[in-house]
This record gives sequence, C-alpha cells and structure tokens, in this order.
Amino acid sequence: MIARQTEIMKRHLPLVATGAIFLALFITASALYDGFFSARVIVTLFSDNAFLGIAAVGMTLVIFSGGIDLSVGAVIGFTSIFTATLMTGSGLHPLAAWSLAIVLGAALGGTMGWLIHGFGLPAFLITLAGMFLARGAGFWLNTESVGIAHPWYDAIANFELSIGDLIHIPAAALVLVAVMALGYVIAHFTRFGRNLLAIGGSEHSAVLMGLPVGAAKVAVYTLNGACAALAGIVATLYTGSGNPSMGIGLELDAIAVVVIGGTLLAGGRGHVAGTLLGLLIFGTIQSAILFDGRLSSWWMRIVVGALLLVFILLQRFLVRGAAK
Amino acid sequence: MSEVKPRDPESERAVRSGTSAAERARELRPARRASPTSSIAWLIAGLAALILLNLASNPAFLSVTVQDGHLYGVPIDILNQGSRTMLLALGMTLVIATGGVDLSVGSVVAIAGAVCALLLNDGAGLATTLAAAIAVGALAGSVNGVLVARFNIQPIVATLILMVAGRGIAQLICGGQVIIISHAGFEYLATGYVLGLPVAPLLVAGLFVAAHLFLRRTSTGLFIEAVGDNETASRFAGLAAARVKALAYVFAGACAGLTGVLTAANIRAADANRAGENAELDAIFAVVVGGTALTGGRFSILGSFLGALLIQTLATTMYFRGVPPSVAPVPKALLIVLVSLLQSEKARAWVMRLWRRNRERVAA
Repeated sequence: MIARQTEIMKRHLPLVATGAIFLALFITASALYDGFFSARVIVTLFSDNAFLGIAAVGMTLVIFSGGIDLSVGAVIGFTSIFTATLMTGSGLHPLAAWSLAIVLGAALGGTMGWLIHGFGLPAFLITLAGMFLARGAGFWLNTESVGIAHPWYDAIANFELSIGDLIHIPAAALVLVAVMALGYVIAHFTRFGRNLLAIGGSEHSAVLMGLPVGAAKVAVYTLNGACAALAGIVATLYTGSGNPSMGIGLELDAIAVVVIGGTLLAGGRGHVAGTLLGLLIFGTIQSAILFDGRLSSWWMRIVVGALLLVFILLQRFLVRGAAK
Repeated sequence: MSEVKPRDPESERAVRSGTSAAERARELRPARRASPTSSIAWLIAGLAALILLNLASNPAFLSVTVQDGHLYGVPIDILNQGSRTMLLALGMTLVIATGGVDLSVGSVVAIAGAVCALLLNDGAGLATTLAAAIAVGALAGSVNGVLVARFNIQPIVATLILMVAGRGIAQLICGGQVIIISHAGFEYLATGYVLGLPVAPLLVAGLFVAAHLFLRRTSTGLFIEAVGDNETASRFAGLAAARVKALAYVFAGACAGLTGVLTAANIRAADANRAGENAELDAIFAVVVGGTALTGGRFSILGSFLGALLIQTLATTMYFRGVPPSVAPVPKALLIVLVSLLQSEKARAWVMRLWRRNRERVAA
C-alpha cells in the first residue's frame, strides 16, 4: 500500500515540481515588477504563446509514444503562408482555407508516421525531412509575408471574450484552452491515449499485448500534423499575415515545454496538464524578460536550456529510483 | 544448476579465451548489416549522376584552371564550401558510431565563432585564438559526453540542451550583435592557398587522413564500433564503454569548435544567429548517407566525407539550376527519405516481396 502510494507520488512529482516552479517564478516576477500581477499579463501568458501551446499538445502525444516530431515549426510556417495565399490571392473563404491546411498538415504527419512505423526508420530523421519539405514548400509559395484581409477572418482575429471589465480573452487563447482540454481527454481518458503511453513504455511489450501499435503510431503523427497546422492558423490570427519563416526553431521550444512539463522524453510517462504548466513557465520567463527591459532576449534561450537540464536530470533521478 | 549462467555468452566466451581487447571487439562486430562499401558505391553513383546532370547544361562544370599559381573552378569551390560540413561530419561519425547523435554542433559552431571574435578583437594571437575556440568546442562536447555517458541520458535529449542554450550563450558573448573580425592571419584560413589549393579543404583532408589512420591503425575504431553495436557486451569484454562514448562527444565538440573558426573566417565575422544554422542536420545527413547506421556500430570515415561532398554538390547544382536557396531544402528532404529507405531492412524486404509476388504472377 505504501509502495503504491510512493509510486503515485513519484509519478506526480514532476508535475508538482513544475507547478511549484511556475508559482515561484510568477510570484518572484510579480514581486520584482510593478503591474506584473494583473489579469492582462495572465491572459497574455495564454494568448501570446497560444500557437506554441497548441503545437506542444500534439508534441506531448508524440513524445508519449516514444517518438519525436521536428517538423512542427516548419508546418506552422507553411500553413501560415498557405492560408494567407489562399485567402488573399484566391479569395477563398477562411473556413475552406483552414480546412485544407489542416488536411495537408495531417497528410504530412500521416505520411511521416507511415514511413517511421512501416519501414522502421528513425523518427527524428524522417521528421527532419518533413521539416525541410514543409519549409521549402512554404518558401516556394511565397518568400515574403502576405497580409490577410477578409471580413470573416478579421472578425475572428478581433474577437474577445470579455469577463467583466478587466478580463478580455482573445480567440487564440480560447483555441488553446479548447485544444488543451481535448488533448487532456485524448491522452488520459481514451484507449488511444493509454495505447500511446504503453507504446512509449515498451513498444515490444505493446506489440505482444496485441495493441494496435502501427495504427496508434501513424494516428499520433497524423494528429500532431493537424495540431501543427492549427497552430499555424492561430499564429496568423496573432500577426494578421502569413509568413513562410514563421516558427523557425519552434519545434525546440515545443519539446522544451513538454519536457519542462514533466513528460519523459523517452516516452511512456507524462501528463498533458504538465505541458500547460510548462507553457506557463515559458510565458512567465518571456514576460519577465520583457518587463525587466535590461535583460536581453537571449537570456530566454539560456534559461530554457538550464530548465531543460534540471528537468532531464530530475527525470533521470526519478526513473532510476523507480527502477530500483 | 549451481553454476552461474553467463549473462552474455558471446562476451563470456571472449573473456574465457583470453584474447586481446581489440580481438574481442572484432568478435562483437555485426555481420548482419549491409556493409558501408555498398553505401559508398551508391554514393559514388549519386555523385556521378549529379555531375553528369551538371555537365549536360554546363560542359565546364568539372574544369579547373590555374591562375597566379592557384587552382580555380567549380570542383575547388565545392571542396572549399563543403569543408565545414565535412569537418562536422567527421566528429558526428564517431558519435553516431557509438549509437548516439549530437544535435548541439551547430550551436557550438556559433559559440566558437563568438569566442574567436572576442579574442581577436582583444588583440590575442592567432594560435591562442585557435586553441581557445577548439578548447571551448571540446568543453561543450564534454558536457554532452558527461550527460550521455555518466547520466545515461538519451543523446537526442542530452544534446538538445546545449542546442537550445548554446545560441543564447553565443549571443551573450557577442552582445547580440554580428561582430566583424579583421585579422589577416585569421582570414588566411578561409582565403589562403597552399600549393595552389585552398587552406580549409587541405586542413580538413589532413584531419580526415589523420583520423582514419588513428582509428584504423590503433584499436580505437574497433572500440567505438563495439560500444555502438552492443554496449553491454563491450563492457563485459573489458572496454571502458562510458569513456569511449564520452570521448566521441569531446571529439565532435572539438571538430565543431574548429568548424566555428572556419565559419567565422569565411564570413569574417561572428554571427551568433546564423553561424552553423542547420549545420547539425547536414552533418547527420552526411554521416547517414555515408553508410554509418544511426543505430551505431560500423562507421565509415570515407563514407561521411563522400556524403558531405554529395550534399555540397547538390547545393551547388541547385544554385546553378537557379533554384532559390530557400526552396533548396526540398530535394534534400526527398534524398534523406530515399537514402533512409535504401538502408531500411524492412523497406528492402517489402520491395523483395513485391518483386517475388510479381514474378509468381508472371510465372502463373
């Protein structure tokens, strides 16, 4: 009984640690900077990094299965220029353009999943090829930024859910919350989610148990491709334009957010709620650096790297403890 | 059943027969995998196809002329521009041979370039600067090595840390700016000629030959292959597997440090953002195309050299064909998938099955 309790504690320790770090960071920043503790900043934590968060939810599921997807940043860039070109150049309705983009993202993800599972190819190499392909295709459409002007699109980009006078939640943040909730349900309350964790724990055992390993792996890359495309759409809401160079290096941030959220990069263990906390930590550091004004933007990368190091060592320690 | 059962019969046999470590390592070599020789044949065929494609549109593609005692021409350019990827691929070969991968080399290139700018503009000598840049690279490599070998962290994850943080560190050193370097001796590394040939490719070729001799004339190469093929078995055979792995990362880091020097010399500046951008991908690609499997084990230095040469020839070809540099990744992506499929046993089995089924249908 006690062993079981400590096992549960161990499983949730990374999540608790992430939560504690977020609170500590947020309280420190609120104490240091005037006006940091405000509804506006808290909403910004969600809205400014909405596209990163959406990509990170898909990445969480891929990492659950022991895989990795380096193509998400490039898919975001491709989607943004693709939808912008369709809407501005061809006058297509935003809903049609968005649906097409999501289908393309899912198709790329599915193809990569099929190559990875069907031919036993390394995930990082194939998704790397996917990254080159999506980035090249984006620049092939247009090398420069394309502005989006469509009444329907503008209405969504300018939409804000107002709660009282103080809190105004933009559409991007709402999409993020919806995707997070959906990801949470898929990961922790469906057979598919449990299959992913089983595959990540030990693919061989999952095959022997008779789980649909191939279908689950292809599905998770497909889902992640769709998530990345959705993230690209949300990114255009934020900037009001499509840009093929959008999301360069975003895959690393997404992986960092997932790992800081306590998900084991080796697969088999993790939590979607942790990814939300990881995103909030990422956003808090970003906002704090902005508020400070003296710290340069490159501190962001160094701090994220340091957090990655701490969390990976923590995970290592925990896994070794569990194995004993 | 009182006797303790050996955990690994093969290494147990090797230990009992009392052979030397190198011989034991040789026993552990894989016999099942396709040999790097066939990859090299594929590579040469690929290179020949690319060259023929170029010759069709530009008959002077292969011609080399002599001006002022220096050699000029497209092949010399390809060697010159490809030298940095080759150098990174050399270090990456050993890391991948141990069953790992180093994603941080691009960031290390940026850090080493920043260190060069800092020291040279402070009036330091060329030798000091070179030594410092290589030492910084080796230091970064040792961080990776400790994380992978000591803490047993997956290589992709361990080197991701420095990949993310490294560019921040380089920007910190540069103060967020592109620092111009003007130092005649330093520029010579990128623009100078020795015996009619540019310095950088000569330096890199020398390092390849030295590395080949060191790895194949001593047992070092076999140790690396043994660790990459089966780490547990190699440890039972008496190898310090963790040390071999860590040293591979240190070597890759040092190579990245020197690549940083060459990159900075080439653009005469330290650019923390763009120096070594996607360089790790090109290096990994060159190694994989060269026949070194990502799962570790056998490696081929010559294969990595030719792999890097193929990538640079592909880049030059696209440049001549007028393909915009931003679209150039697309053919590279298709090539990666093609090569991975060629190396995949599952894909080969699938093709064989299709072929056999087709033949049966023809016979019936």
